[in-house]
Order: sequence, then structure tokens, then C-alpha cells
Amino acid sequence: MTAPVAAKDLVTRAEVEDFLYHEAALLDEWRLDAWQELLADDACYYVPSNDQLESDHRSALFLIADDRERIRQRIIRVQDPNCHAEYPKSRTRRMIGNVRILDVEGDLISVAANFVCYRFRRYERIREYVGSYRYVLRRCGDSFRIKERRVLIDAHELGTLGSVSFIL
Amino acid sequence: MSVRSYIIDDRERKTFLLDREVLVSEDILRKEMAHIFGRCWIYVGHSSELGGPGDFRSRKVAGRPVIFCRDQAGEFHCLFNTCRHRGAIVCTQREGNARRFMCIYHGWTYGNDGQLLRVPGDDAYAEAFDKAAHGLRRPARFEDYRGFWFMCLDADASPLHDYLADAKDYIDLVIDQSPSGAMEIIAGVQEYDVAANWKLMVENSVDDYHLPSTHSTWLNFMANSGVRIEPPKEAGLVLPTKGLAVELGNGHFTTDNVNFRGRPVAKWIPLYGEAAKREIDEIRSELVSRLGEERAARVADTNRNLVIFPNLVINDGSSVTVRTFYPEGVGKMHVTAWALGPVEESENARARRLDAFLTFYGPGGFATPDDVEALELVQQGLANWSEDRWSEMSRGMGKESEQLNSDEHHLRIFWRRWNELMGAEA
Repeated sequence: MTAPVAAKDLVTRAEVEDFLYHEAALLDEWRLDAWQELLADDACYYVPSNDQLESDHRSALFLIADDRERIRQRIIRVQDPNCHAEYPKSRTRRMIGNVRILDVEGDLISVAANFVCYRFRRYERIREYVGSYRYVLRRCGDSFRIKERRVLIDAHELGTLGSVSFIL
Repeated sequence: MSVRSYIIDDRERKTFLLDREVLVSEDILRKEMAHIFGRCWIYVGHSSELGGPGDFRSRKVAGRPVIFCRDQAGEFHCLFNTCRHRGAIVCTQREGNARRFMCIYHGWTYGNDGQLLRVPGDDAYAEAFDKAAHGLRRPARFEDYRGFWFMCLDADASPLHDYLADAKDYIDLVIDQSPSGAMEIIAGVQEYDVAANWKLMVENSVDDYHLPSTHSTWLNFMANSGVRIEPPKEAGLVLPTKGLAVELGNGHFTTDNVNFRGRPVAKWIPLYGEAAKREIDEIRSELVSRLGEERAARVADTNRNLVIFPNLVINDGSSVTVRTFYPEGVGKMHVTAWALGPVEESENARARRLDAFLTFYGPGGFATPDDVEALELVQQGLANWSEDRWSEMSRGMGKESEQLNSDEHHLRIFWRRWNELMGAEA
């Protein structure tokens, strides 16, 4: 019975927060190559459809369900000036809070956090993406790698949020 | 009474121009509500969304809040979601199963067949008050074609079967993917707004001319994933393979393209992975044994974007999407999109279908966000409409040879029909 307690001691909320804030800064600054270095080799990135937050991407239609290779291709795409939806690029600003470590199992840490992501583009209204992040992080030396990154949008439908053409 | 034409359709000079006022005018939008959405058959939902008696979905169709539901006997209904007493919405849940819908305001309660069952304190009404006459109202007409349910607000409209005309053949082609002839809407709906006039989505859904410029990053992605993207081999083509634009009657039309982009049913591309080859071969064999070589090839080796006038699109491309859209003001539309698949599909085949969907379609896909951008840029540019009045849509016009998917023949079909229904003289 002592093992889980000891494992839990391996990670602190402050460490996780530092990691998430760093990730948010990379995304807001469009430093996507550096962001990819935070990903594990088996990383996945999911944004479920607004009415299927708890579903599996293999049986329900998502907005985004990327494996590691698809993430790589997505980043090639969004950095291309011919990715019209992101050229000019959106300016985003993420606020992350309510960070919680939900579970620690071996070297895997499940984390939840709330977020607000403001998105601005020329000629367009402000868009506010509000929801929660669900991470599975893998302990990697004195930092982490992202094994799974799941974005749950609170809005009942995307509606005026339009597209999710950037990394949310 | 006829009104001036919104198009210049000069067959002698092979010129087709569209008055941009139709994309920016509030008056024209108001008129569309009566002449287009008040008269045409409008898509409500698919039978697979309601599995059994009592199942319901509440949604807006042609701007009207409706309940798409099945009664205790399993019959399908489309009811206006408005209490006969004072007008409140009576079904506030998006989906579920219910025998009754109770208005929270004064408690009037309706059965799932629309009948008024209960009025609290009904002894206060005079004898003339007839509960039987106070069931939920419903659109004048509600009919289906092979599980696709439509409503029509015009009691005098021709039956849905006639209205769909030759579009039925192309719906059949989609349904032929399923060994039992049963397709289903897959869980997960994509709902998003586009800051553009709704008619621009009709054009965009079938306009293959825009693919190389709007979707070059998608073509790159396909190439990076092992799909051979060859340069067009024939005059007029803009894509690696040939595709046609086909008129289907009553303003409906489709593209009909030789596939190069892969098909979850049943044309393997490297993107699906080596492990998928065997199952895709099996799906293909089933198609051939059931439908014969020729029809199986139509199902598996062609992709088609079908428009059912005015606002239903069934894209049988990288996957199958059922998409409808409705104006929320002259420069804004609300889009609702679902994925469609055979009911008997294996878990792996379903996962592959959904993954293939996301390679192109939807708000997080590798193509749709750029379509949205293009349409929004059009709407922004149209602010100059009064000084720069006409959109050019003459591509391929008057050509002796067949009309290609990259011509604008099918766009002209839409606009001619729209113009006619709006009461304009061609």
C-alpha cells in the first residue's frame, strides 16, 4: 500500500503547472517545432465534438483525433502560408488554471486543467474558447512528455467559434 | 408577378453573371424565406437517429424549432416545438426518449405523436375548447426517401419522391455501401457558423475548381501520406483525375469524379495503413458479389458531392458527410454536419471511416477551415457590391464536350433554379 503514495510524491502540482504554462507559451507564440519536442512518440491530440465529450474517437465523430504522425502533418499544414485559415495566423492567449493531478500510475500522470483561449484575427470578432484540458503526461527525467492531450470545449456547439484551425 | 432577373444568362455569348446583391441584401433574404425555404423540401434528419419508439431529437430546421421523433407505435413525426398555449418550447432536451413533452410554463403536456394529453385545470375552459384541436402543429408535409426525412411548409408541393428527381440515384449510390442497405448517422455532430451568405456554401460544396488553390495544404498532406498526386492529364482538368458535373433536375446536381483520394469503401490508400488492406479487400469483394463489378466500381472508385436543392449536401468523398446549413442573417450561416456509415461496419472500418473524415472535413479538418476562410473572404469582399456588381460564373459555358467538375455548369444550375423560384424572369 505504500507504493502509490511514494509514486505520488514524484510529482508536484507546481511542476505540472510550470510544464503547462511553458506549453501554453509555446503555442501562443507559434513555436510549434519546440512544442512538438514536448510530445511523446506515441502522443495523441483529441478535440471531441461538442456533444460527445466522453466518447471514443474510434466510434464517434470528433473535431480532431490526431495520432503522432497526424500531429506532425497538422503542424506542417498550419505553418504553410497556404493554410489560409491561419494566414495571417491567429493571435491566441491562453489562461490556464485549476490545475489538478488526478492520478499517478507508474510514470504516467493524469492531469486536468481549466482554460480560456482568446483568439483574434484581422477583421474578425474575438473568439473565446473555454473548456478543460485533460492530459496524460509521462515522466521524463526532470520534466514530462505529453502522451495524450484532450481538449474538452464547454460550448454546446462550436457556433461562432468557427474553426479549430490552430492548436487548441 | 415577375421581378428583374438576378442573373445574366447569355447563352449566345456564353456568359453567366450573378448579381452580388443576392448575397448581401436583407430584402432578398426575407424573400428567400418565403420563396425558397417556404416552398422546397428541407432536410430534417435521418431515421437512424431515432432507434425506437419514443426517441426524439430537437433541432432547428429552416429556422423552425422542431421535434423529430417517433411515437409509441414507432411512427416518425416532425412537430413544431412550440406550445399551443402561449408559445414556449416544449422539448428542451437535445435528444432522448420520452412519452410526453410537458411545457414548463403552465404544464400543457403532449404525447410523442403531438396530441395534447393534459391541460392542468381544464375545467376552467368553456365547452368549445377542444383538446383534440390543440395538438402540436407540424409542417404541412413530412416524407422520407430511404431514411432521409424532409419537411415542406407548402401543402401543395409535389411529393418528395418527385421533388428529388434524379438525385435519388445518387442517394442510392451512397446507400449501396451498406450490405443491408442501411446507413446510419454516427454519433458526434459538428455545428459551426460561417460568416458568409448560405448560398456560398452551396457553390463551395461542389466547386472543384477551387481545390488546387484553396486546398494545396491538403494535397500536400495526401502526398506526404503516400497518395500519388499526378498533374492533370486533360485540358480543363485541375485535379489528377477526371470528374463531371451532372444535372439531376429541380435544381439538384452532383459532381461525379474518378477517385484519387482513397475511399474507406473500398479503395485503399497508404494513409489507412497496411493492416487495413485485407479488410478493404473484403469490403470490395462483398460489393462486387452483391452489386456486380460495374456498380461496385461506381460505389468504390468514384466520389461525389451531391446538392439537394436548396441546402442539403451529401459528400461521398474522403468519407460520407451529411451537411445542412441555414442563414442566420444575410452574412452568416449555421452549418450542421454529420458522418454517415453502413450499420454493419466493423469497429476498425468505422474507426477508419471517421479518421478519413477528419483528413478533410470539419472545423478541425485539413481542408474545411480553408473553405470557411474562402467564403468569409468573399463575404467581406462583397462590401463593394454596389460598385463591383457581378460575379463571374461562365466557366465551361456553351462547351460542346461534357461539363467538368471544375467548370461552373453545376453552379449555374443552382442559380438558374434559385432565380426561377424567386420569381425572376430568366
